This record gives sequence, structure tokens and C-alpha cells, in this order.
Amino acid sequence: MQMIRVGFIGLVMLALAVVPVVANAIDEPFYVSLFTRMLVLAIAASSLNLVLGYGGMVSFGHAAYLGLGSYVVGIGFYHAANDGMDWALNGWLHLALAVVIPGMAALLIGAISLRTRGVYFIMITLAFSQMLYYFFIGLERYGGDDGLSLWYLSDFGDVMDLNDDSQLYYLAYGLLVLVLFTLYRLVNSRFGMVVRGAKSNERRLMAVGFPTYRYRLVAFGISGAICGVAGFLMANQSEFVSTSEMHWVHSGDLIVMVVLGGMGTLFGPVLGAVGFLMLEQYLPELMEGVCHIIGGESCGIAGEYWKMVFGPLLILIVLFARGGIDGLLQGKVGRNV
Amino acid sequence: MNWILLIEQTLNGLQLGLLLFLLAAGLTLVFGIMDLVNLAHGSLYMVGAYFAATFTAWTGSFVLAVVLTLPATLLVGAVVEIVCLRTLYDRDHLDQVLATFGLILFFNELVRLVWGPAGLSVPLPEFLSSSLELAPGLIYPSYRLAIIIASLLAAFFLYWLVARTRIGMLIRAGASNREMVGALGVNIRFLFTIVFGLGAALAGLAGLMAAPISTVEIGMGENVLILAFVVIVIGGIGSIRGAFVSALLIGLIDTVGRAFLPDVIGGFFDDEFADAAAPALASMSIYLLMAVILAFRPEGLFSARNG
Repeated sequence: MQMIRVGFIGLVMLALAVVPVVANAIDEPFYVSLFTRMLVLAIAASSLNLVLGYGGMVSFGHAAYLGLGSYVVGIGFYHAANDGMDWALNGWLHLALAVVIPGMAALLIGAISLRTRGVYFIMITLAFSQMLYYFFIGLERYGGDDGLSLWYLSDFGDVMDLNDDSQLYYLAYGLLVLVLFTLYRLVNSRFGMVVRGAKSNERRLMAVGFPTYRYRLVAFGISGAICGVAGFLMANQSEFVSTSEMHWVHSGDLIVMVVLGGMGTLFGPVLGAVGFLMLEQYLPELMEGVCHIIGGESCGIAGEYWKMVFGPLLILIVLFARGGIDGLLQGKVGRNV
Repeated sequence: MNWILLIEQTLNGLQLGLLLFLLAAGLTLVFGIMDLVNLAHGSLYMVGAYFAATFTAWTGSFVLAVVLTLPATLLVGAVVEIVCLRTLYDRDHLDQVLATFGLILFFNELVRLVWGPAGLSVPLPEFLSSSLELAPGLIYPSYRLAIIIASLLAAFFLYWLVARTRIGMLIRAGASNREMVGALGVNIRFLFTIVFGLGAALAGLAGLMAAPISTVEIGMGENVLILAFVVIVIGGIGSIRGAFVSALLIGLIDTVGRAFLPDVIGGFFDDEFADAAAPALASMSIYLLMAVILAFRPEGLFSARNG
């Protein structure tokens, strides 16, 4: 089974590496933007996986860090476009701030949230992300409810041009690989061992003398910082920054991706993000097709209501396939994997 | 300071707080007794509002609609509990969050399929469409007063039910030790269905009362749900008393904050800053309150588990 799993994951990563080449060859540039979104969400889901899968902290507010990262780009653009501050468009600056600001926010939010356990933690992370959501809605200056359209993207000078979809794609791919490598090193380090240990038996770790709160808090901060990178990419990909990306439903989507792919595994969130967006993209068409096959009329409607299938599907995955896609690849099926 | 405006806003805050209490009471009951996190509670609020809209259109009477909506949402709640949630009680919270998240998607689409994507509006009932003069110069819409009174009655009914009846005794016993109650021969599964249905009916009541003063639309329950979460986190999960106190607190702070924060900030900073910052700060105020309270009392104001 291990061979199949490694082979499959290798194949997925390889396939992702050639998407722009293939898409341009068959003249379907739409796929480049679809797969860029997959990579972006894979980074975000991987960041969530660090706290959710490895640390056992059910954060229901990761969309907030995604949003903060994208607002770094948005606010930089706003000042470059309206106040003539050209330096505010600097891509390296955006990238740095998209790590630091969401990371600091995660540290602050984590410092309060991690004092609590279980359901409290879920609800508090949720509430804090809603707080940031409303904060940005209230900021009329940066678009408020309507969001900001970006006429200029983050500027990396001669190094790369993000207006070129392929270059943006490979930036996202490179960052994803970097994030996965960092996470791999992190969870297998002494630090990662403590975070994972705190998930299975925190009391014992504390008895051994580890200040688990601090370890968990740092993991939470790192997670927020990585999620900010995804936000930076997302703003440049959609050329639009808005509060809707910060809505709590997107935090839920991220959790779904992690669980769908396989919690607490390195590549699980990548598989989850790809699978989630594939479902989102093709489930409507699939439902329409099934409707035609069984001879239904006005099948266009069937595709429109794809979430009616998606929701219960989600419940079934939760109930019967806890290991997610990665668990299936390992041959583990059932609830306690 | 404009006293009439202040009293008016206080009444509005009271009304919002009481609506939040109706939602939070169901959530906190379900959590306290079944140990279940139910994200789909807001969907029951939405379903209540849609039922109210339909029944009002059918019968032409808001009162009849109320009479029909309450058992209807109770039934929806009971069906959801029997079909889906029952299997989730012994799962961890992450599973519950995910499964009820799936339920939200399902309910939103179901409502879109049945009622269509456009929002509905419910006319104010004829006999409550006027305004009352509570004090010289203080005119207040009678429908909003009716909400306050009806919610207080519902809250009192809930108190009576939980504290003074046999079923309430079982509910309280279930909250402190459900295995023991089951071992003593109480039909726990049936009790859970009843409790969930009761919570659903309370959410439906909140939804139907909010229907005439807001738009009945898809997703209307989601933002209210987060507020209800804040309420039960502050109040202490599982505690109805805590939910009542913190719901009123949240309702008042949110409403009064939105109305007066611009003036208060304008008193300290220049107007431009006040205009920009006040709306953002006002919408953050309740979350800041939550953060402060949790920093000192991580279990909330009234913790149900410790007495």
C-alpha cells in the first residue's frame, strides 16, 4: 500500500508541476487559474493542518489569516495607486508583511484562544475571525463591503511578472513546495514532537516539564504566518481583495479540505485542496450528466443545486472515511484511523 | 446626550439580546446535555423565518403563522436529530463541526430550491403595525415591544420548564450525568430528540419574530449564529442563566455601541478618524468584550459544569 500512496502523491505533485505547460498547449488557460487556486488553498490547508492535524487545535478561523495576507497586497496597492507611493507595490515587501502581520495576529488571537479547550476554542477562533471580517467591512477606505480591484499586482521587478499566469503559477508551486518542506522539518523536529505530543496527552507532557502552552502558541503563530502567504497569492491570483474571502464559511471550507485529504499527514491537505476544488468545479456538471442519463428534464437546475449533494457527501465522509484521501491510499477505511 | 435616543437604543438592544437568547438557549441546552456542537442551529432560525413567510402568505394572519411555525420547526429539528445528529453524539467535536457544517450547505440549498433565491419579506401584523408613546416624546414601534414581551414570556416558559417540571428535571439530570440517567431507565434517546426539538422551536421562534423587521433570506442565520456563539461562550457553555445574562449584555453593547460610539470617539479624535474608525470598532466591540472576559474567566461567566 505504501508504494501506491507514494506513487500517487508523486504523480499528483508531478502533474501539478506541468499544468501551465499542458494548459497552454491545449489552449485552455482557464486551467492555469483553477490550478493556481488549488495550490493557494493547498498552502492554506497545509498551514491549518499544522494546528488541526498535528496539534489537535480545531481552529475555525483560518480564513482571517488568509484575508489578512490578501489585504496586505490590497492596502499596498491602494496607496500605490491613490497616493503615488510606488514602494508600496513592492512584491518582496508584500510577501514579508503577508508573513509577519497574519503571524502576529495569530499569536495574539492564539494567546487568548489557547487558554481555553475544546468547543470554547472552536467558537473563540471563529468569533475572532468574524471580528476581523467585520473590521474590514467597516474600513470604508479600503473598499469595505465592496472590496478592492487590483489594477497592479505585487511588483517583483525583473525577477518575475505576476501578470503572467504561468509565472504566478510557478511562484505558487514553489511556495507550496517550500511550505511542505518547512512543515516536514518542523513536525519532525523536537518542537514538532512536543506539539504532536500535546495533542495526544498534554498533561503528561506538562508533567515531564514542557510548557505546552508556549509550544502550541508558537505553532499557531507559524500556522497563521503560512496562511498569510496563501492570502498574498490569492490576492494576486484573483486580482481582487474582499472581505468575502474572510467569511467564516471559508474557514469551514479549509477544515473540510484538511479532513478530506487526511489530517496530520504532510500531503493530505494538498490532496484535499485539489479534491475539494475538483468537486466544486465538476460536481455540478456531474450531477447534470447523471440527470440526463436517468432521463430527467431541465437538467440545468440539477447542476445549480450541487451543494445539496455536497453537504450530505461531507457528512458521509466525516462519518465513514476519517483518514481522508490519504487514509484511503494507505488502505485505512473506517472511523478510527 | 440625547436621552430619548438612548432609551430607544436600549430597548432595541434589549430586543436584539432577547432574540439572541432564544437562539443561544437552544444551542447551550443541546451542548450542555448532548455535548454536541451544532453549527446548523442558524439554519433552524432561517427555516423558522421562511415558514413564517409562507404561513403568513397562506393564512393571511401572522398569529396563525406563529401557531403553525412553532410545531413545524420543532418537527424539522426532531427529524434532523433522528436522521443525522444522533450518530454524532459520541464523536469528537471536529466531526460534529464538519457534519453540521455540511448540514448548513444542505439547508441553504434546500431553501433555495423550495423558496427560490430571492429574499422574502413578511408584512407586519395589522394590530402591531402602529407605534406606542411610552413616555412623552418617546415613541416606540409596538411590534418591537411585542418581540420583547414574547421573548420574555418564552424565557420564563423555559425557566419554568427546566426548573419546575418533570421533563426539566430529566434535562438537568441528563446534563450532569447522562449515563446515570440512562441507567435509571429514562429513555435518553427520546429525551435528546425532545430537547433538540425544543431548541429548534426556540430558534424558529426567534426567526419568525425577526422575519417582519428584516429580510428573510438564505444565510440569514449564519451571522446571527456567530453572535449566539459569542453569547454562550461568554455566558458559559451549558448554562441557560449565563446565556440570558450575556445575551442581554451583547445585545445592549452591540446596539448602543453602534449608535453612540461615533460620538464618543469624535469627542477624543478628529471627525475624519471617528468616521473611519467608529463603524469598524463598533462591530468589533462585542468580540473585544469576549476576549477580555475570557482572558480572566476562560470558562465563561457562569460555568454549568462547576455548579
